[in-house]
Amino acid sequence: MHSSSTRVSGLSKVLHASGDKYASSLPEPLAPLLQELVSSKGYTHLIAGHTAVGRDVLPRAAALLDSSQVSDIVAVHSEDTFERPIYAGNAIAKVKTSDKIKVITVRGTAFDKAALEGGSAQAEAVDAKDAESPTTFLGEKINQSSRPDLATAPRVVSGGRALKSAENFEKYIEPLADALNAAVGASRAAVDAGYADNALQVGQTGKIIAPELYVAVGISGAIQHLAGMKDSKTIVAINKDEEAPIFQIADLGLVADLYNAVPELLEKVKK
Amino acid sequence: MLPTPAHQGLSLLVGVKRCVDYAVKIRIRPDGKGVDTDVKNSMNPFDEIAVEEAVRLREKHKDEISRIAAVSIGPAKAADVLRQALAMGADDAIHVEVGKDAVLEPLAVSKILAAVTAKEMEKNADEKEAWAWHLGKQAIDDDASQTGQMLAAKLNWPQATFASKLDFKGKFAKGEKVEVTREVDGGLATVETTLPFVLTTDLRLNEPRYASLPNIMKAKKKPFQKLTLKDLGLEEDAKPRLETLEVKEPPKRQGGAKVGSVDELVSKLQEAGRI
Repeated sequence: MHSSSTRVSGLSKVLHASGDKYASSLPEPLAPLLQELVSSKGYTHLIAGHTAVGRDVLPRAAALLDSSQVSDIVAVHSEDTFERPIYAGNAIAKVKTSDKIKVITVRGTAFDKAALEGGSAQAEAVDAKDAESPTTFLGEKINQSSRPDLATAPRVVSGGRALKSAENFEKYIEPLADALNAAVGASRAAVDAGYADNALQVGQTGKIIAPELYVAVGISGAIQHLAGMKDSKTIVAINKDEEAPIFQIADLGLVADLYNAVPELLEKVKK
Repeated sequence: MLPTPAHQGLSLLVGVKRCVDYAVKIRIRPDGKGVDTDVKNSMNPFDEIAVEEAVRLREKHKDEISRIAAVSIGPAKAADVLRQALAMGADDAIHVEVGKDAVLEPLAVSKILAAVTAKEMEKNADEKEAWAWHLGKQAIDDDASQTGQMLAAKLNWPQATFASKLDFKGKFAKGEKVEVTREVDGGLATVETTLPFVLTTDLRLNEPRYASLPNIMKAKKKPFQKLTLKDLGLEEDAKPRLETLEVKEPPKRQGGAKVGSVDELVSKLQEAGRI
Protein backbone atom coordinates (compact mmCIF):
# COMPACT_ATOMS: atom_id res chain seq x y z
CA MET A 1 0.00 0.00 0.00
CA HIS A 2 1.14 3.56 -0.64
CA SER A 3 1.32 4.97 2.87
CA SER A 4 0.94 8.45 1.33
CA SER A 5 -2.63 7.65 0.21
CA THR A 6 -3.91 7.89 3.80
CA ARG A 7 -2.88 11.56 3.86
CA VAL A 8 -4.91 12.60 0.80
CA SER A 9 -7.39 15.22 1.88
CA GLY A 10 -11.01 14.03 1.95
CA LEU A 11 -10.43 10.29 2.28
CA SER A 12 -11.75 8.56 5.39
CA LYS A 13 -10.56 5.04 4.71
CA VAL A 14 -8.01 3.32 2.50
CA LEU A 15 -8.75 -0.34 1.76
CA HIS A 16 -5.81 -2.34 0.53
CA ALA A 17 -5.63 -5.79 -0.96
CA SER A 18 -2.24 -7.24 -1.72
CA GLY A 19 -1.44 -10.10 -4.03
CA ASP A 20 0.66 -10.84 -7.07
CA LYS A 21 -2.39 -11.13 -9.28
CA TYR A 22 -3.23 -7.46 -8.66
CA ALA A 23 0.21 -6.27 -9.71
CA SER A 24 -0.68 -5.29 -13.28
CA SER A 25 -4.23 -4.04 -12.73
CA LEU A 26 -5.76 -6.86 -14.78
CA PRO A 27 -9.55 -6.61 -14.86
CA GLU A 28 -10.30 -10.31 -14.34
CA PRO A 29 -9.11 -10.38 -10.71
CA LEU A 30 -9.81 -6.69 -9.95
CA ALA A 31 -13.45 -6.46 -11.03
CA PRO A 32 -14.68 -9.27 -8.71
CA LEU A 33 -12.71 -7.72 -5.84
CA LEU A 34 -14.45 -4.36 -6.43
CA GLN A 35 -17.83 -6.06 -6.74
CA GLU A 36 -17.28 -7.91 -3.48
CA LEU A 37 -16.12 -4.79 -1.60
CA VAL A 38 -18.96 -2.61 -2.86
CA SER A 39 -21.59 -5.25 -2.08
CA SER A 40 -20.30 -6.36 1.32
CA LYS A 41 -19.55 -2.88 2.63
CA GLY A 42 -22.67 -1.22 1.26
CA TYR A 43 -21.06 1.48 -0.87
CA THR A 44 -23.42 3.41 -3.17
CA HIS A 45 -20.84 4.86 -5.59
CA LEU A 46 -17.86 3.18 -7.28
CA ILE A 47 -15.67 5.74 -9.01
CA ALA A 48 -12.41 5.70 -10.97
CA GLY A 49 -10.57 7.94 -13.39
CA HIS A 50 -11.42 7.52 -17.07
CA THR A 51 -7.88 6.27 -17.67
CA ALA A 52 -6.76 3.14 -19.52
CA VAL A 53 -7.07 1.13 -16.28
CA GLY A 54 -10.37 2.74 -15.22
CA ARG A 55 -11.88 2.14 -18.66
CA ASP A 56 -10.71 -1.48 -18.63
CA VAL A 57 -11.74 -2.48 -15.12
CA LEU A 58 -14.82 -0.44 -14.13
CA PRO A 59 -17.27 -1.61 -16.83
CA ARG A 60 -16.44 -5.20 -15.90
CA ALA A 61 -17.16 -4.41 -12.26
CA ALA A 62 -20.32 -2.49 -13.27
CA ALA A 63 -21.64 -5.50 -15.17
CA LEU A 64 -20.96 -7.76 -12.17
CA LEU A 65 -22.90 -5.25 -10.02
CA ASP A 66 -25.63 -5.00 -12.71
CA SER A 67 -25.11 -1.25 -12.87
CA SER A 68 -25.34 0.91 -16.00
CA GLN A 69 -22.05 2.81 -15.85
CA VAL A 70 -21.81 6.56 -16.45
CA SER A 71 -18.50 7.13 -18.25
CA ASP A 72 -16.18 10.13 -18.33
CA ILE A 73 -18.26 12.58 -16.29
CA VAL A 74 -17.31 16.27 -16.38
CA ALA A 75 -19.76 17.60 -13.75
CA VAL A 76 -21.70 16.34 -10.73
CA HIS A 77 -25.20 17.80 -10.14
CA SER A 78 -26.30 15.51 -7.34
CA GLU A 79 -25.64 12.00 -6.10
CA ASP A 80 -27.42 10.52 -9.12
CA THR A 81 -27.17 13.21 -11.83
CA PHE A 82 -24.06 13.85 -13.90
CA GLU A 83 -22.89 15.54 -17.07
CA ARG A 84 -20.85 13.76 -19.69
CA PRO A 85 -19.69 14.61 -23.19
CA ILE A 86 -21.05 12.57 -26.10
CA TYR A 87 -20.34 12.68 -29.87
CA ALA A 88 -16.64 13.50 -29.42
CA GLY A 89 -17.47 16.34 -27.03
CA ASN A 90 -19.81 18.05 -29.49
CA ALA A 91 -22.72 17.68 -27.07
CA ILE A 92 -23.01 17.45 -23.30
CA ALA A 93 -25.62 15.09 -21.86
CA LYS A 94 -27.07 15.49 -18.39
CA VAL A 95 -28.05 12.02 -17.18
CA LYS A 96 -29.77 10.72 -14.09
CA THR A 97 -29.21 7.14 -13.02
CA SER A 98 -31.79 4.98 -11.28
CA ASP A 99 -29.22 2.32 -10.31
CA LYS A 100 -28.76 1.63 -6.61
CA ILE A 101 -25.01 1.37 -7.07
CA LYS A 102 -23.62 4.10 -9.26
CA VAL A 103 -20.52 3.17 -11.23
CA ILE A 104 -18.77 6.19 -12.67
CA THR A 105 -15.55 7.12 -14.45
CA VAL A 106 -14.34 10.69 -14.17
CA ARG A 107 -12.59 12.95 -16.69
CA GLY A 108 -9.48 14.06 -14.82
CA THR A 109 -9.17 17.45 -16.48
CA ALA A 110 -12.71 18.46 -15.45
CA PHE A 111 -12.05 18.44 -11.69
CA ASP A 112 -9.44 19.98 -9.40
CA LYS A 113 -6.94 17.72 -7.73
CA ALA A 114 -7.44 16.87 -4.05
CA ALA A 115 -4.63 18.02 -1.77
CA LEU A 116 -2.10 15.24 -1.19
CA GLU A 117 -1.65 16.27 2.44
CA GLY A 118 -3.95 17.18 5.29
CA GLY A 119 -6.08 14.05 5.41
CA SER A 120 -5.94 11.28 7.99
CA ALA A 121 -7.57 8.18 6.57
CA GLN A 122 -7.69 4.88 8.34
CA ALA A 123 -5.96 2.02 6.55
CA GLU A 124 -7.72 -1.33 6.40
CA ALA A 125 -6.46 -4.52 4.81
CA VAL A 126 -9.03 -6.57 2.91
CA ASP A 127 -8.75 -10.20 1.92
CA ALA A 128 -7.49 -10.83 -1.56
CA LYS A 129 -9.86 -13.11 -3.43
CA ASP A 130 -8.16 -16.18 -4.82
CA ALA A 131 -9.81 -16.36 -8.23
CA GLU A 132 -7.39 -17.44 -10.92
CA SER A 133 -6.87 -14.97 -13.74
CA PRO A 134 -7.17 -16.44 -17.23
CA THR A 135 -5.03 -13.50 -18.40
CA THR A 136 -1.39 -12.95 -17.55
CA PHE A 137 0.62 -9.79 -17.93
CA LEU A 138 3.68 -10.28 -20.13
CA GLY A 139 5.27 -6.85 -20.12
CA GLU A 140 5.02 -3.25 -21.13
CA LYS A 141 6.81 -0.69 -23.21
CA ILE A 142 6.34 2.70 -21.60
CA ASN A 143 7.75 5.69 -23.40
CA GLN A 144 10.62 7.16 -21.46
CA SER A 145 10.48 10.91 -21.35
CA SER A 146 11.94 13.58 -19.14
CA ARG A 147 9.21 15.97 -20.25
CA PRO A 148 6.05 16.67 -18.26
CA ASP A 149 3.28 14.09 -18.56
CA LEU A 150 0.93 14.92 -21.43
CA ALA A 151 -2.23 14.20 -19.42
CA THR A 152 -1.43 16.71 -16.67
CA ALA A 153 1.06 19.20 -18.15
CA PRO A 154 0.09 22.88 -17.86
CA ARG A 155 1.51 23.50 -21.34
CA VAL A 156 1.45 21.31 -24.42
CA VAL A 157 3.01 21.76 -27.86
CA SER A 158 1.46 19.48 -30.50
CA GLY A 159 2.50 18.75 -34.05
CA GLY A 160 0.46 17.52 -36.99
CA ARG A 161 0.76 16.18 -40.48
CA ALA A 162 2.43 19.34 -41.80
CA LEU A 163 5.66 18.38 -40.00
CA LYS A 164 6.18 15.85 -42.83
CA SER A 165 8.68 13.59 -41.00
CA ALA A 166 9.76 12.23 -37.63
CA GLU A 167 13.00 14.23 -38.02
CA ASN A 168 11.10 17.48 -38.43
CA PHE A 169 8.88 16.59 -35.49
CA GLU A 170 11.97 16.18 -33.37
CA LYS A 171 13.63 19.28 -34.81
CA TYR A 172 10.71 21.73 -34.61
CA ILE A 173 8.23 20.51 -31.96
CA GLU A 174 10.47 19.13 -29.23
CA PRO A 175 12.79 22.17 -28.74
CA LEU A 176 9.77 24.50 -28.57
CA ALA A 177 8.14 22.20 -26.01
CA ASP A 178 11.34 22.13 -23.98
CA ALA A 179 11.72 25.91 -24.09
CA LEU A 180 8.17 26.26 -22.77
CA ASN A 181 8.60 23.42 -20.27
CA ALA A 182 5.70 21.77 -22.07
CA ALA A 183 4.64 18.22 -22.87
CA VAL A 184 4.66 17.07 -26.49
CA GLY A 185 1.43 16.04 -28.21
CA ALA A 186 0.46 15.00 -31.71
CA SER A 187 -2.51 14.71 -34.01
CA ARG A 188 -3.64 11.32 -35.25
CA ALA A 189 -2.27 12.09 -38.69
CA ALA A 190 1.19 12.66 -37.23
CA VAL A 191 0.96 9.43 -35.21
CA ASP A 192 -0.33 7.34 -38.11
CA ALA A 193 2.43 8.67 -40.35
CA GLY A 194 4.98 7.57 -37.74
CA TYR A 195 6.21 11.10 -36.87
CA ALA A 196 5.29 10.69 -33.22
CA ASP A 197 4.51 7.89 -30.79
CA ASN A 198 0.93 6.60 -30.25
CA ALA A 199 0.97 7.64 -26.61
CA LEU A 200 1.28 11.30 -27.66
CA GLN A 201 -1.97 11.36 -29.58
CA VAL A 202 -4.41 14.04 -28.48
CA GLY A 203 -8.05 13.54 -29.44
CA GLN A 204 -11.20 11.46 -29.11
CA THR A 205 -9.23 8.24 -29.38
CA GLY A 206 -6.09 9.45 -27.63
CA LYS A 207 -5.61 11.71 -24.62
CA ILE A 208 -8.17 14.30 -23.61
CA ILE A 209 -6.34 17.22 -22.07
CA ALA A 210 -7.06 20.75 -20.86
CA PRO A 211 -3.75 22.54 -20.29
CA GLU A 212 -3.38 26.29 -19.70
CA LEU A 213 -1.60 26.65 -23.02
CA TYR A 214 -2.03 24.43 -26.09
CA VAL A 215 0.10 25.19 -29.13
CA ALA A 216 -1.10 23.40 -32.29
CA VAL A 217 1.56 23.40 -34.99
CA GLY A 218 0.60 22.22 -38.46
CA ILE A 219 -2.67 20.70 -37.21
CA SER A 220 -5.78 21.39 -39.28
CA GLY A 221 -8.21 20.74 -36.42
CA ALA A 222 -10.46 17.76 -37.29
CA ILE A 223 -13.44 17.20 -34.95
CA GLN A 224 -11.70 14.18 -33.40
CA HIS A 225 -8.61 16.23 -32.55
CA LEU A 226 -10.62 19.14 -31.14
CA ALA A 227 -12.43 16.66 -28.86
CA GLY A 228 -9.12 16.14 -27.08
CA MET A 229 -8.01 19.74 -26.53
CA LYS A 230 -10.83 22.24 -26.91
CA ASP A 231 -11.11 22.78 -23.16
CA SER A 232 -7.55 24.17 -23.01
CA LYS A 233 -7.45 27.68 -21.48
CA THR A 234 -5.50 29.32 -24.30
CA ILE A 235 -5.15 27.75 -27.73
CA VAL A 236 -2.49 28.93 -30.17
CA ALA A 237 -2.56 27.71 -33.77
CA ILE A 238 0.23 28.01 -36.30
CA ASN A 239 -0.86 26.90 -39.75
CA LYS A 240 -0.26 28.16 -43.23
CA ASP A 241 -3.81 27.39 -44.37
CA GLU A 242 -5.91 30.29 -43.14
CA GLU A 243 -9.09 28.25 -43.74
CA ALA A 244 -7.99 25.48 -41.33
CA PRO A 245 -10.78 24.74 -38.79
CA ILE A 246 -8.29 25.06 -35.92
CA PHE A 247 -8.45 28.87 -36.35
CA GLN A 248 -12.13 28.86 -35.43
CA ILE A 249 -11.32 27.83 -31.87
CA ALA A 250 -7.80 29.25 -31.47
CA ASP A 251 -7.46 32.27 -29.19
CA LEU A 252 -4.35 33.29 -31.06
CA GLY A 253 -3.92 32.17 -34.65
CA LEU A 254 -0.85 32.79 -36.75
CA VAL A 255 -1.16 32.13 -40.47
CA ALA A 256 2.42 31.26 -41.34
CA ASP A 257 4.73 28.55 -42.57
CA LEU A 258 5.69 26.58 -39.48
CA TYR A 259 9.24 26.08 -40.78
CA ASN A 260 9.82 29.84 -40.42
CA ALA A 261 7.46 30.65 -37.55
CA VAL A 262 8.47 27.90 -35.13
CA PRO A 263 12.24 28.68 -35.12
CA GLU A 264 11.42 32.39 -34.72
CA LEU A 265 9.03 31.63 -31.87
CA LEU A 266 11.61 29.38 -30.23
CA GLU A 267 14.20 32.16 -30.47
CA LYS A 268 11.88 34.72 -28.87
CA VAL A 269 10.57 32.40 -26.16
CA LYS A 270 14.13 31.58 -25.10
CA LYS A 271 14.92 35.25 -24.49
CA MET B 1 -17.41 -38.99 -46.47
CA LEU B 2 -14.68 -37.03 -44.83
CA PRO B 3 -13.99 -37.85 -41.18
CA THR B 4 -15.22 -35.25 -38.71
CA PRO B 5 -12.27 -33.06 -37.68
CA ALA B 6 -11.19 -33.15 -34.03
CA HIS B 7 -12.21 -29.55 -33.66
CA GLN B 8 -13.75 -27.18 -36.12
CA GLY B 9 -11.72 -24.15 -35.20
CA LEU B 10 -12.72 -20.73 -34.05
CA SER B 11 -16.14 -19.13 -34.27
CA LEU B 12 -15.77 -15.37 -34.31
CA LEU B 13 -18.64 -13.09 -33.36
CA VAL B 14 -18.19 -9.45 -34.31
CA GLY B 15 -20.32 -6.65 -32.87
CA VAL B 16 -21.14 -3.75 -35.18
CA LYS B 17 -23.09 -0.58 -34.39
CA ARG B 18 -24.77 1.86 -36.72
CA CYS B 19 -23.84 5.40 -35.63
CA VAL B 20 -24.04 8.93 -36.96
CA ASP B 21 -21.13 9.14 -39.42
CA TYR B 22 -17.92 10.47 -37.87
CA ALA B 23 -17.69 13.33 -40.38
CA VAL B 24 -21.20 14.69 -39.70
CA LYS B 25 -21.40 17.87 -37.66
CA ILE B 26 -24.06 16.89 -35.14
CA ARG B 27 -27.10 18.98 -34.19
CA ILE B 28 -28.93 19.01 -30.87
CA ARG B 29 -32.64 18.09 -31.27
CA PRO B 30 -35.12 20.92 -30.65
CA ASP B 31 -36.55 19.06 -27.61
CA GLY B 32 -33.11 19.20 -26.01
CA LYS B 33 -33.20 15.49 -25.15
CA GLY B 34 -30.85 14.15 -27.75
CA VAL B 35 -29.04 14.55 -31.03
CA ASP B 36 -30.60 14.52 -34.51
CA THR B 37 -29.77 11.08 -35.88
CA ASP B 38 -31.71 11.39 -39.16
CA VAL B 39 -28.45 12.18 -40.91
CA LYS B 40 -25.81 10.08 -42.63
CA ASN B 41 -25.15 6.98 -40.54
CA SER B 42 -22.45 4.39 -41.00
CA MET B 43 -20.64 1.60 -39.20
CA ASN B 44 -18.83 2.72 -36.04
CA PRO B 45 -15.18 3.09 -37.19
CA PHE B 46 -13.82 0.89 -34.37
CA ASP B 47 -16.24 -1.87 -35.42
CA GLU B 48 -14.92 -1.75 -38.99
CA ILE B 49 -11.52 -2.54 -37.47
CA ALA B 50 -13.10 -5.43 -35.53
CA VAL B 51 -14.59 -6.92 -38.71
CA GLU B 52 -11.34 -6.37 -40.62
CA GLU B 53 -9.34 -8.20 -37.94
CA ALA B 54 -11.70 -11.17 -38.11
CA VAL B 55 -11.43 -11.33 -41.90
CA ARG B 56 -7.63 -11.02 -41.80
CA LEU B 57 -7.44 -13.87 -39.29
CA ARG B 58 -9.25 -16.09 -41.71
CA GLU B 59 -7.06 -15.00 -44.61
CA LYS B 60 -4.07 -16.02 -42.51
CA HIS B 61 -5.50 -19.20 -40.95
CA LYS B 62 -8.00 -20.32 -43.53
CA ASP B 63 -9.08 -23.69 -42.13
CA GLU B 64 -8.97 -22.68 -38.50
CA ILE B 65 -11.65 -20.01 -38.59
CA SER B 66 -14.94 -21.84 -38.96
CA ARG B 67 -17.25 -18.85 -38.98
CA ILE B 68 -17.38 -15.08 -38.79
CA ALA B 69 -20.79 -13.82 -37.69
CA ALA B 70 -21.59 -10.10 -37.59
CA VAL B 71 -24.07 -9.08 -34.90
CA SER B 72 -25.90 -5.78 -34.56
CA ILE B 73 -28.61 -4.53 -32.24
CA GLY B 74 -30.67 -1.67 -33.54
CA PRO B 75 -33.64 -0.51 -35.61
CA ALA B 76 -34.40 -1.87 -39.11
CA LYS B 77 -31.71 0.35 -40.64
CA ALA B 78 -28.99 -1.40 -38.65
CA ALA B 79 -29.25 -4.03 -41.40
CA ASP B 80 -27.09 -1.64 -43.49
CA VAL B 81 -24.03 -2.08 -41.29
CA LEU B 82 -24.57 -5.84 -41.17
CA ARG B 83 -24.60 -5.94 -44.97
CA GLN B 84 -21.37 -3.95 -44.96
CA ALA B 85 -19.81 -6.49 -42.58
CA LEU B 86 -20.96 -9.31 -44.89
CA ALA B 87 -19.46 -7.50 -47.86
CA MET B 88 -16.18 -7.14 -45.97
CA GLY B 89 -16.07 -10.92 -45.48
CA ALA B 90 -18.34 -12.00 -42.62
CA ASP B 91 -20.22 -15.25 -43.33
CA ASP B 92 -23.56 -14.49 -41.77
CA ALA B 93 -25.40 -11.78 -39.91
CA ILE B 94 -27.55 -11.69 -36.80
CA HIS B 95 -29.80 -8.66 -36.37
CA VAL B 96 -31.46 -8.12 -33.02
CA GLU B 97 -34.11 -5.67 -34.11
CA VAL B 98 -35.46 -3.05 -31.73
CA GLY B 99 -37.77 -0.08 -32.25
CA LYS B 100 -36.47 3.09 -33.89
CA ASP B 101 -36.52 5.04 -30.64
CA ALA B 102 -35.33 2.26 -28.33
CA VAL B 103 -32.57 3.35 -25.97
CA LEU B 104 -30.05 0.63 -25.28
CA GLU B 105 -27.26 1.22 -22.80
CA PRO B 106 -24.01 -0.78 -22.97
CA LEU B 107 -25.19 -2.88 -20.01
CA ALA B 108 -28.31 -3.92 -21.96
CA VAL B 109 -26.25 -4.51 -25.11
CA SER B 110 -23.88 -6.76 -23.15
CA LYS B 111 -26.82 -8.83 -21.90
CA ILE B 112 -28.24 -9.15 -25.40
CA LEU B 113 -24.87 -10.13 -26.90
CA ALA B 114 -24.35 -12.65 -24.09
CA ALA B 115 -27.77 -14.18 -24.85
CA VAL B 116 -26.94 -14.31 -28.58
CA THR B 117 -23.65 -16.05 -27.69
CA ALA B 118 -25.45 -18.65 -25.59
CA LYS B 119 -27.94 -19.29 -28.39
CA GLU B 120 -25.22 -19.70 -31.01
CA MET B 121 -23.08 -21.92 -28.74
CA GLU B 122 -26.08 -24.13 -28.10
CA LYS B 123 -26.63 -24.61 -31.83
CA ASN B 124 -23.06 -25.74 -32.16
CA ALA B 125 -22.52 -27.96 -29.15
CA ASP B 126 -18.98 -29.03 -30.04
CA GLU B 127 -17.08 -28.99 -26.76
CA LYS B 128 -13.80 -28.11 -28.39
CA GLU B 129 -15.09 -25.29 -30.56
CA ALA B 130 -13.44 -22.03 -29.54
CA TRP B 131 -15.29 -18.73 -29.48
CA ALA B 132 -14.25 -15.12 -29.45
CA TRP B 133 -15.89 -11.73 -29.71
CA HIS B 134 -14.42 -8.77 -31.53
CA LEU B 135 -15.89 -5.38 -30.65
CA GLY B 136 -14.77 -1.79 -31.13
CA LYS B 137 -13.26 -0.11 -28.09
CA GLN B 138 -16.00 2.52 -28.07
CA ALA B 139 -18.87 3.79 -30.18
CA ILE B 140 -18.36 7.31 -31.45
CA ASP B 141 -21.89 8.40 -30.51
CA ASP B 142 -22.14 7.62 -26.78
CA ASP B 143 -18.33 7.39 -26.30
CA ALA B 144 -19.02 5.03 -23.36
CA SER B 145 -16.28 2.42 -23.90
CA GLN B 146 -18.07 -0.22 -21.81
CA THR B 147 -19.75 -2.90 -23.94
CA GLY B 148 -16.80 -5.27 -24.52
CA GLN B 149 -15.79 -5.26 -20.87
CA MET B 150 -19.39 -5.79 -19.73
CA LEU B 151 -19.91 -8.60 -22.22
CA ALA B 152 -16.73 -10.31 -20.98
CA ALA B 153 -18.09 -10.05 -17.42
CA LYS B 154 -21.51 -11.44 -18.40
CA LEU B 155 -19.91 -14.41 -20.20
CA ASN B 156 -17.22 -14.77 -17.55
CA TRP B 157 -14.63 -14.71 -20.33
CA PRO B 158 -11.31 -12.85 -20.14
CA GLN B 159 -11.02 -9.53 -21.94
CA ALA B 160 -8.32 -7.80 -23.96
CA THR B 161 -9.26 -4.17 -24.48
CA PHE B 162 -7.81 -1.40 -26.69
CA ALA B 163 -5.89 -3.94 -28.75
CA SER B 164 -3.35 -2.78 -31.30
CA LYS B 165 -1.91 -6.22 -32.10
CA LEU B 166 -3.34 -9.72 -31.96
CA ASP B 167 -1.27 -12.88 -32.16
CA PHE B 168 -2.72 -16.38 -31.93
CA LYS B 169 0.11 -18.46 -30.53
CA GLY B 170 -1.42 -21.88 -30.46
CA LYS B 171 -4.32 -23.71 -32.04
CA PHE B 172 -7.73 -22.21 -32.43
CA ALA B 173 -9.28 -24.32 -29.72
CA LYS B 174 -10.74 -23.79 -26.29
CA GLY B 175 -8.08 -23.02 -23.68
CA GLU B 176 -5.43 -22.00 -26.21
CA LYS B 177 -3.41 -18.82 -25.70
CA VAL B 178 -3.61 -15.51 -27.51
CA GLU B 179 -1.11 -12.70 -27.15
CA VAL B 180 -2.54 -9.20 -27.32
CA THR B 181 -0.72 -5.87 -27.33
CA ARG B 182 -2.86 -3.17 -25.72
CA GLU B 183 -2.64 0.61 -25.87
CA VAL B 184 -2.35 1.93 -22.33
CA ASP B 185 -1.56 5.36 -20.88
CA GLY B 186 2.07 6.08 -21.64
CA GLY B 187 2.75 3.18 -24.01
CA LEU B 188 1.92 -0.43 -24.78
CA ALA B 189 1.26 -3.46 -22.58
CA THR B 190 1.24 -7.08 -23.66
CA VAL B 191 -0.99 -9.72 -22.11
CA GLU B 192 -1.56 -13.37 -22.78
CA THR B 193 -5.13 -14.49 -22.56
CA THR B 194 -7.10 -17.64 -23.19
CA LEU B 195 -9.84 -18.67 -25.60
CA PRO B 196 -12.73 -17.95 -25.39
CA PHE B 197 -12.22 -14.20 -24.90
CA VAL B 198 -13.50 -10.73 -25.77
CA LEU B 199 -11.31 -8.38 -27.80
CA THR B 200 -11.90 -4.64 -28.20
CA THR B 201 -10.10 -2.92 -31.02
CA ASP B 202 -8.07 0.25 -30.97
CA LEU B 203 -7.47 2.39 -34.02
CA ARG B 204 -4.05 1.06 -34.85
CA LEU B 205 -4.97 -2.63 -35.00
CA ASN B 206 -5.44 -2.44 -38.78
CA GLU B 207 -6.69 -0.43 -41.74
CA PRO B 208 -10.18 -1.65 -42.69
CA ARG B 209 -10.84 -2.55 -46.34
CA TYR B 210 -13.51 -1.15 -48.57
CA ALA B 211 -16.17 -3.58 -49.70
CA SER B 212 -15.88 -4.18 -53.45
CA LEU B 213 -18.97 -4.10 -55.66
CA PRO B 214 -18.93 -7.88 -56.39
CA ASN B 215 -18.62 -8.55 -52.66
CA ILE B 216 -21.52 -6.20 -51.93
CA MET B 217 -23.60 -8.21 -54.43
CA LYS B 218 -22.49 -11.53 -52.91
CA ALA B 219 -23.32 -10.25 -49.43
CA LYS B 220 -26.99 -10.08 -50.36
CA LYS B 221 -27.11 -13.88 -50.59
CA LYS B 222 -25.48 -14.59 -47.23
CA PRO B 223 -27.57 -15.90 -44.30
CA PHE B 224 -29.26 -13.17 -42.29
CA GLN B 225 -30.96 -14.05 -38.97
CA LYS B 226 -33.45 -11.76 -37.29
CA LEU B 227 -34.13 -11.86 -33.58
CA THR B 228 -36.11 -9.73 -31.16
CA LEU B 229 -35.62 -8.98 -27.47
CA LYS B 230 -38.64 -11.20 -26.90
CA ASP B 231 -36.91 -14.14 -28.62
CA LEU B 232 -34.03 -13.67 -26.18
CA GLY B 233 -36.26 -13.14 -23.14
CA LEU B 234 -34.72 -9.75 -22.46
CA GLU B 235 -37.57 -7.27 -22.90
CA GLU B 236 -37.47 -6.27 -19.22
CA ASP B 237 -33.74 -6.64 -18.66
CA ALA B 238 -32.79 -4.33 -21.53
CA LYS B 239 -34.73 -1.34 -20.20
CA PRO B 240 -32.68 1.83 -19.65
CA ARG B 241 -31.41 2.76 -16.20
CA LEU B 242 -30.30 6.22 -17.20
CA GLU B 243 -32.60 9.10 -18.02
CA THR B 244 -31.24 11.83 -20.27
CA LEU B 245 -32.52 15.04 -18.74
CA GLU B 246 -30.91 17.39 -21.21
CA VAL B 247 -28.48 17.49 -24.11
CA LYS B 248 -26.81 20.83 -24.70
CA GLU B 249 -24.08 22.43 -26.76
CA PRO B 250 -20.67 22.49 -25.14
CA PRO B 251 -19.52 25.96 -24.06
CA LYS B 252 -18.55 27.98 -27.15
CA ARG B 253 -15.00 29.18 -27.46
CA GLN B 254 -14.31 32.78 -28.31
CA GLY B 255 -11.79 31.82 -30.93
CA GLY B 256 -10.93 33.30 -34.25
CA ALA B 257 -8.52 36.08 -33.32
CA LYS B 258 -5.48 36.17 -35.56
CA VAL B 259 -2.12 37.75 -34.96
CA GLY B 260 0.07 39.18 -37.69
CA SER B 261 3.50 38.09 -36.52
CA VAL B 262 5.48 35.96 -34.12
CA ASP B 263 6.29 39.11 -32.11
CA GLU B 264 2.62 39.87 -31.65
CA LEU B 265 1.99 36.25 -30.66
CA VAL B 266 4.73 36.34 -28.03
CA SER B 267 3.58 39.64 -26.55
CA LYS B 268 -0.08 38.52 -26.39
CA LEU B 269 0.99 35.29 -24.64
CA GLN B 270 3.07 37.30 -22.18
CA GLU B 271 0.14 39.66 -21.51
CA ALA B 272 -2.09 36.68 -20.80
CA GLY B 273 0.54 35.25 -18.46
CA ARG B 274 0.84 32.04 -20.47
CA ILE B 275 4.60 32.26 -21.02
